Amino acid sequence: MQPDPFKRLEARTLVVRQSNIDTDQIIPARFLTTTTREGLGANAFYDWRYTADDQPKNASPFPVAGAGDRQVLVAGPNFGCGSSREHAPWALLDYGFRAVVSSDIADIFKSNSLKNGLLPVEVDAETHAALLERPGVAIAIDLEECTLTTEDGIEARFAVEPFARRCLLDGVDPLGHILAHDAQIAEYEAAA
Amino acid sequence: MSAPRSLFDKLWDTHVVVPESEDAPAILFIDLHLVHEVTSPQAFAVLEERGLSVRRPDLTQATLDHSTPTLPAGADGRLPYATEAAEKQVHQLEANCAKYGIDLLGLDDARRGIVHVIGPEMGLTQPGKTIVCGDSHTSTHGAFGALAFGIGTTEVGHVLATQCVLQRKPKSMRITFEGALSPGVGAKDMALAMIAQIGADGGQGYAVEFAGEAVEALSMEGRMTLCNMAIEAGARVGMIAPDETTFAYLEGRERAPQGEDWDAAVARWRELPSDPEASFDTEVTVDAAAIRPMITYGVSPDAAAPVTGNAPAPANDSEREAAEYMRFAADRPFAEAKVDRVFIGSCTNSRLSDLREAAEVMRGRTVADGVTALIVPGSEAIRQQAEAEGLDAVFTQAGAEWRLPGCSMCIAMNGDQGAPGELVVSTSNRNFVGRQGKGVRTVLAGPATAAACAIAGHIADPSQYMSTEARDAA
Repeated sequence: MQPDPFKRLEARTLVVRQSNIDTDQIIPARFLTTTTREGLGANAFYDWRYTADDQPKNASPFPVAGAGDRQVLVAGPNFGCGSSREHAPWALLDYGFRAVVSSDIADIFKSNSLKNGLLPVEVDAETHAALLERPGVAIAIDLEECTLTTEDGIEARFAVEPFARRCLLDGVDPLGHILAHDAQIAEYEAAA
Repeated sequence: MSAPRSLFDKLWDTHVVVPESEDAPAILFIDLHLVHEVTSPQAFAVLEERGLSVRRPDLTQATLDHSTPTLPAGADGRLPYATEAAEKQVHQLEANCAKYGIDLLGLDDARRGIVHVIGPEMGLTQPGKTIVCGDSHTSTHGAFGALAFGIGTTEVGHVLATQCVLQRKPKSMRITFEGALSPGVGAKDMALAMIAQIGADGGQGYAVEFAGEAVEALSMEGRMTLCNMAIEAGARVGMIAPDETTFAYLEGRERAPQGEDWDAAVARWRELPSDPEASFDTEVTVDAAAIRPMITYGVSPDAAAPVTGNAPAPANDSEREAAEYMRFAADRPFAEAKVDRVFIGSCTNSRLSDLREAAEVMRGRTVADGVTALIVPGSEAIRQQAEAEGLDAVFTQAGAEWRLPGCSMCIAMNGDQGAPGELVVSTSNRNFVGRQGKGVRTVLAGPATAAACAIAGHIADPSQYMSTEARDAA
């Protein structure tokens, strides 16, 4: 399943300052018994949004209805640490996020996000600190230019692994890319 | 002379099908793909959608572990699944494996167990292999000198269809444990001390090799515990050079090479350790002799300290929130914290040596009033060995519950979980908020410490319960 192309996103930010927000926070394990990837937004940050008896929490940073125009999640360092569950980016996308910004984002989560059209954006510490102070700021994330800008003058560049970037911009299919090297794989197998 | 190479360089080089370029990652061949019920259904669905088959079912091994009950079938013959969805997920993997010709360790298979326990146990996990699984604790298999890492479900699909993954070569880090461990200190304590030192993201972007005297002295079980926790420092890959301990563990196992093939394999494996002059992007040293039995006190695995100490005062907002959640008062001894539940199990600490260590502490003693203790072996084979040694009787006579193999309370998706507010001492790998049930406060520890907490009813130093021999063996 190919994600929608990602070129430029103009939205607002939703800020959660905590460090080490792990994939169990993003989607608790009890929701992983699903055999599909649809509808997981209802479970995104579930225990941050709902009380133990499933009532909406008033103080939650995450609106019950979804991300709305706040499609850019700005979070503390080491976002997405923990398990390899791809349900985490599936849930965030279905909830309405299109990008996650932090000073550092965990490896497996980053890889999973890129494959699903959720853009992980790692920015320098200064930009990160400034964004954490500006919840709701209007932000533009341009994947062609690899730039992030806000309405009040923050400007930063970020790096994205070039192949993943091409997949997102041009709709290149990673599985198709590997399948296109079938002959080399067969050659490797024959030599093994 | 070719340039000196590390274990990681050698593993990487021998598996490159197409080298990486500026434009594209390397295409890396995978020697062993481990599959379980939770992260595979959507990958099989992609095969279905695209009309693809499984390229190498012979290099694919499936097991059931995450969603499976640890209690036996009831009087009606039905297993007590947590939910219908959990049962459906198990049946989905059974159907997918049948359809694509993948060997599945089913619910009645005497070899079934946690995916990171059965691979080594069956002899599938071997030095020199690339091993992936849709599970972050795949780093466990690096204990054998394999390149093993967790992948997402999209990549599970890639491996099913092509037996390859797309990977950029990560940076390399060597973590050297200098000196010997003190008696009563084990691999879990090494892991927690290491993570506390470098941080929960200290290994991010790196393939880590663990080295040094204290690592070489570890059993294979201990090495697996250490490599298992590499991901808790943010490193997808943890590995240890294969040596005589590795070969002795593997020899004679069902899927290990046999006869002449064995000799040839060992000769190849002896070439794998890092060359003496190999360089690493980052070098870290840990003082092994200074490590004490460790616990975690926060909601990230790097919040770890000696069990005999006091809770540190929080230094920032995240730590303050963690301290409020965990209810450890600053500068007060950990030993003042009352324990509600103890879990001994998981891909980190559910192997026979772990169970022996816990049994040594619990033998002839009783689990404290008000404490529930759950002992969950990592596999059917371990369950049978433990029962043959009478360990199950030690646990049940102490008042602990002896369960069937599975991930159980480590991920708490099969119905085994704590209640809101409970303090759970767990030999698993993650102390995240709610990981072991909504509102559960998790303290990570090694098996001896967890067993000591069950007996004492509060956070406790295991050394008071261990014989000198047991301390030396741990």
